[in-house]
Amino acid sequence: MSIESIQQTIIDEFSSFDDWMDKYNLLIEMGKDTPMIEAQYKTNNHLISGCQSRVWLHASYRDGKVYFTADSDAVITKGIVNLLIRVFSEQTPDAILNVDLGFLDKIGLKEHLSPTRSNGLLSMVKQMKMYAQVFKLKNG
Amino acid sequence: MNPNLDVSAIRADFPALHQQVFKKPLVYLDNAATTQKPKVVIERLQHYYELENSNIHRGVHHLSQQATVAFEQARKTIAELVHAANSYEIIFTRGTTESVNLVASSLGRLLMKKGDHVLVTAIEHHSNMVPWQQLCEQYDSNLLVARFDQQGVIDLEHYQQLLEKRPKIVAIAHISNALGTINPVKEMISMAHKLDIPVLVDGAQSIAHCPIDVQDLDCDFYAFSAHKAYGPMGIGVLYGKEKWLEKMPPYQFGGEMVDQVSFEKTSFNCLPFKFEAGTPNVGGVLGMETAMNYILEKGYDAIAAHENALLAYATQQLKNIEGLRIFGESPNKASVISFLVHEIHPFDLGTLLDKMGIALRTGHHCAQPIMDFYNIPGTVRASFAMYNTFEEVDVLIQAIKKASAMLR
Repeated sequence: MSIESIQQTIIDEFSSFDDWMDKYNLLIEMGKDTPMIEAQYKTNNHLISGCQSRVWLHASYRDGKVYFTADSDAVITKGIVNLLIRVFSEQTPDAILNVDLGFLDKIGLKEHLSPTRSNGLLSMVKQMKMYAQVFKLKNG
Repeated sequence: MNPNLDVSAIRADFPALHQQVFKKPLVYLDNAATTQKPKVVIERLQHYYELENSNIHRGVHHLSQQATVAFEQARKTIAELVHAANSYEIIFTRGTTESVNLVASSLGRLLMKKGDHVLVTAIEHHSNMVPWQQLCEQYDSNLLVARFDQQGVIDLEHYQQLLEKRPKIVAIAHISNALGTINPVKEMISMAHKLDIPVLVDGAQSIAHCPIDVQDLDCDFYAFSAHKAYGPMGIGVLYGKEKWLEKMPPYQFGGEMVDQVSFEKTSFNCLPFKFEAGTPNVGGVLGMETAMNYILEKGYDAIAAHENALLAYATQQLKNIEGLRIFGESPNKASVISFLVHEIHPFDLGTLLDKMGIALRTGHHCAQPIMDFYNIPGTVRASFAMYNTFEEVDVLIQAIKKASAMLR
């Protein structure tokens, strides 16, 4: 699926909820489907530096596409991590490098990507793009 | 409720309290981070910038004279508030952090030699620890750290043992921002003075909640910020005993703090100006004075009685929530409650409480060593001010129950 259609699917999933609590309930549930990082990668080397909740991220490259796995010690963070993985994973490095994260605004979660939020998600997006850049250079 | 404090009238003085966030009435419980400002403070700032703005101490013109008088009157008000012996012992700074840095830098240069120690406690805010740690690194020495126990109470025996290593300076918090512990600072100062060691007290968390008498405490330095006590941001105070301030070298150099200047030599101005380089935050100082007068008008006793009642009620209600643990259970405690529910991450709980209109703080509260001590990633912290109500505590309790059910 293209990045645009995945984002549209996510927007549709959230569109039925007006109430913040319902949105966050959905997010918490989504966190449970996160492609889990293998124990061997759940180390400080794979830790995204964020202030409050911890996020571990791993990337691999197969047949021209990048695959991400992750985990977090906070369930809301994990839900957002999974949203980002749904968008970024199984995409080509070029698609990842050019992604527009406007969908987060449309579902009302843009605040989580603000630098002041200090939950490391902005760093996570940067890290995902960094992986994409490295895979592109190595295999380009 | 304390009969002396008309909380609904007080609330009417604070415009920021009367708004909705995420369609819910704002419940502001992040007062240990910063308090909201009453109208009188906001109006004082506006009045200064509308009609009084001018540079002080130097101008011969009317506005400058007027602003200088107001500025120096504010210094007298602050001196009276903390019972300083002389108003020139009140130095205006940007806040507690700058006050601590000033003493670390200046008193450090006066007293420290290679291998000398500084003593702090393990419940300090980073801003009363990192400046001392850096000073120690500079002098190739160790920072001595007095332990605290499970309840969040300083181990005074350990403190005494560390004092006997003859540190050159002691720096202690009056009230812990993360745990609420009110430290026995008077006793701790007296213990240090028996060995002739000067003591700085970080009063960031106390100035809004309890009367300060620097002469009774006999502290050598006392630091606080206006913004945690209903005043503006970017302005604070360092009280210092004259005997130290006279001997200490200046912290920063520039205009205002000089006496005679030539390219060969500069002599420095007298106290307090020696420590106030550059144009000061005049509006901030006047706003702070108004905030302090506002506190005095309500009365520290009435404020403390109300906040203590809120603390007791909130503690009791929180303890009824299954799986809730409170961090910091000192018998002598200010209106700050740090807690966790089951294994729920504080970020998750804080995020959902925010969506229910409740502003509080999550994380390590700039006191990472405390979180390491309890082996937790951080806490959720509710902190009360004079304008908080018992109804707001009830809203908090219901919201925690709802959020916890979602997050487990």
